[in-house]
Amino acid sequence: MLDSTLNTGSTVALPKLELDALLADLRQNGFQTVGPRLQDESIVYREIEGLKDLPRGILSEQAPGSYRIIRTGKERYFDFIPAGQSWKQFLFPPRHTLFSATKDGTWQLKENDEPAPRYALVGVRACELAAIAVQDKVFMRPDFSDPIYRLRREGLFIIAVNCLDPDSTCFCTSMGTGPRLRSGFDLCLTELDDAFLVEIGSELGRSFLASRTYSLPSAFMQDAAARALTRAVESITRTLDTDGLPELLLNNLEAERWNDVGKRCLSCANCTQVCPTCFCWDATDAVDISGKNTRRERLWDSCFNPNYSYVFGGNTRPNIRSRYRQWLTHKLGTWVEQFGTSGCVGCGRCITWCPAKIDLTEEAAAIRREVAK
Amino acid sequence: MTLTPKTAPRPKVAVYKFSSCDGCQLSLLNLEDELLDLASAVDISYFLEATRTVKPGPYDIGIVEGSITTPHEAERIKDVRAECKYMIALGTCATAGGIQALRNFASVADYARTVYPHPEFLHFLDKSTSIAENVPVDLSIWGCPVNKFMVVEVIAALLQNRRPNFPPSPVCLECKRRGLVCVAVAHGTPCLGPVVHGGCGALCPANGRGCYGCFGPSSAANFSALVGSMTPLDRYPNETAGLLRSFSSHAPAFKSAAEAALKLSSEKEQK
Repeated sequence: MLDSTLNTGSTVALPKLELDALLADLRQNGFQTVGPRLQDESIVYREIEGLKDLPRGILSEQAPGSYRIIRTGKERYFDFIPAGQSWKQFLFPPRHTLFSATKDGTWQLKENDEPAPRYALVGVRACELAAIAVQDKVFMRPDFSDPIYRLRREGLFIIAVNCLDPDSTCFCTSMGTGPRLRSGFDLCLTELDDAFLVEIGSELGRSFLASRTYSLPSAFMQDAAARALTRAVESITRTLDTDGLPELLLNNLEAERWNDVGKRCLSCANCTQVCPTCFCWDATDAVDISGKNTRRERLWDSCFNPNYSYVFGGNTRPNIRSRYRQWLTHKLGTWVEQFGTSGCVGCGRCITWCPAKIDLTEEAAAIRREVAK
Repeated sequence: MTLTPKTAPRPKVAVYKFSSCDGCQLSLLNLEDELLDLASAVDISYFLEATRTVKPGPYDIGIVEGSITTPHEAERIKDVRAECKYMIALGTCATAGGIQALRNFASVADYARTVYPHPEFLHFLDKSTSIAENVPVDLSIWGCPVNKFMVVEVIAALLQNRRPNFPPSPVCLECKRRGLVCVAVAHGTPCLGPVVHGGCGALCPANGRGCYGCFGPSSAANFSALVGSMTPLDRYPNETAGLLRSFSSHAPAFKSAAEAALKLSSEKEQK
């Protein structure tokens, strides 16, 4: 074997079938391997065992409010662009029981002490890894670290994948997050027709790769990957002008465009649920009819849900205009002040999965145009 | 109103049926695991679907299934209201007139003539109306049928003197929490989820169908945006209007949205 060449930062060629053995190895070591699957004419992230579970020869055609699968028949696994789901569901579960309580004379509280699953994420794209980094800043702050998120995050093994065929709703190049991965992964794949080029991103990644059969990548392979990556960058045409964006939005809270988008927005919360960085949640109590058993659950919520901004006596964001404005100004504006980064990674999910076809890049551009007048 | 079982005998519950399919009452009987707890927390005094034993009123909680479609029902609901302290409208017939409110957009007399040899023996009202259009209702539980756990939650909340934990958010939020694929965006299936009250757990989208709107309008529903974005995608004439005019057709928000969708379709046709 070529163990002497295997270092963090080095790249090897891995036969595609070897990914099966790599995933099996991860599973034997206590990781739950989750990755993309073709389901209900879309891509979802679920438990996978190996190549047989991955989508094969799948592309998507994405546009505002529309997503369609395209079958290419090619023996390739990662050509598709992610769909509505993101990895956030594994680190920040949509529903999580915080504790339960039973009244037996006095109230007895029982914290949910189920051990956090150890996930190996397979097929994380550059924008998605950037989104995890954004949520790290939200959930793992110096002053407070969310234990549900932290335990899952710390145990994570990340197999990333370079996007080679971005979709029309992608704008990672504007946000500086992709399509090429630079760091933050354990292993990073670039898919060629006959092999994966694998870049090693961590010592843990190196140790799992070391027991596989791999070879040094040929100059031909490296050239093919480089050209595919360049093509990917060039194929991204959607843009978001980030120049002075927080100030632009926050200095124009009364722009006419907010009224306009407030009329078109359904306030259905889909954008916030598919967004890989949105983190609103609610905590609710489920008391049974005896009044002696209760359970507190944390569940995904949204700033588009009117109850989210309800405080005693009224709603601080009483209409859709104010809720959309809150979402966009937070995502692209005040997020920077709050967490030191934009809340947007340019994945385009909120554009594709908006039933009303609202496109945040267009909304931001429209406000810029309105102000320039 | 407080119904504390510690200080009072178990609150008496009555379940009534008006024009309906009995499905919501069956949902109550389907509670299975919770039925014993329910029966020990309240005194089920009148529930003909479950037992012929009837304890006399007045009752603390009246649960009313069905809509008002006959002159007899229009009188009877007043008596029911009078004998119940607290009244719950159960299911979309009771909250919005139900599927039978489709008659409100046609002539029932014509139907009667088509179906019956002697329609003169029928006594019916021209419109199917909700319970709240006839007598004051304290709480509405939507659904065709209702989510049985919402019924337990309402009774538990009444017993515990707290607000019932009803999700105010649209179906979309429940759909996404379940990790379902959006049938509207990924399949082009018309879906009312964005404007419809949650509580069903996104039952129809989970089965590859669009939301029919049986849980009624959500609290922040933007029907005009829905009509504006859905109607242009109609696969056949008046598809969106037809969807709005189904289970919740008589609910004011659905009624006006269906009219707007019809108008938009006819404008498109004229062009």
